[in-house]
Amino acid sequence: MSDYHKGSWTVKVREAAVAALPPEKLLPDGQPTYVASWIYVFGVASVASLVVIITSGTILALKGPAWWHFTGVGHFFNSIHMWAVELFFFVMVVHLWGKYWMAAWRGGRARVWITGAITFLVAVPTALTGYVSQQNFDAQWISTQAKDGLNSVGVGAFFNVTNFGQMYSYHVLLLPIAVVILVSAHVLLVRRHGVVPPIELNARLAIAPGGEAPAPPPSTVGAGS
Amino acid sequence: MTHASVTAVMGAVFNLSHPAHVVHWSFIKLPLANVIVIALMLVAFALAIALPFPGAKRRRGDSS
Repeated sequence: MSDYHKGSWTVKVREAAVAALPPEKLLPDGQPTYVASWIYVFGVASVASLVVIITSGTILALKGPAWWHFTGVGHFFNSIHMWAVELFFFVMVVHLWGKYWMAAWRGGRARVWITGAITFLVAVPTALTGYVSQQNFDAQWISTQAKDGLNSVGVGAFFNVTNFGQMYSYHVLLLPIAVVILVSAHVLLVRRHGVVPPIELNARLAIAPGGEAPAPPPSTVGAGS
Repeated sequence: MTHASVTAVMGAVFNLSHPAHVVHWSFIKLPLANVIVIALMLVAFALAIALPFPGAKRRRGDSS
């Protein structure tokens, strides 16, 4: 590589990306044995639910309110979208509880925990803007109730939940992008730092609080096993 | 089964023609449906902690 190319921003970005997340960390051969826990199934289920939410939401956005209100297939996709959201919150909160009690921010993993917690916080208005974008009496009721709530905390001038155009834009573009970016960052940070070891293992390895993450134990299970 | 009969059966099982049931305890006021979902989440969390993951013991055994 010539010196000219070494100064290129694409080379710098590539080298920084590979240094931060080398391929063997991004797509590892296996995981430590302590990853064999149901708590991580709830994390994966959150991502799976999000995929269903975005797929069904894209179809709803393509077809429009008349389709989701007045056709059988439209009703079906509307229900898929709503129940996938219910499932998303259910499994995400169980995963969040589990990671809270495991103190998953240990070993330099603060950003992993923070991106997960903020994903939950951003998902709440994403769901709310969906409920007020339904174009029915339910949406009218929820939006007027939410308007009172937002006014009471002093942010009603910024978010008009009775404005369908504004809420629909938030729901189908701005907030989903934020959720997808946060979830992507969360998963990549998990890959970078590794899954947090159990507290007992941490103590056995005599890791100081806030210290560097220990290397995974030599015995790992295959990613596909 | 026709659509009308399905609706009649489902209506008999899930009768929604009444005001929502609400759990009211001191300053806490929650719709019953939300209370049930929260309870189910707590059950799922307890099971996720308590139940062994399939093959976890074998994997740990292999590592020793």
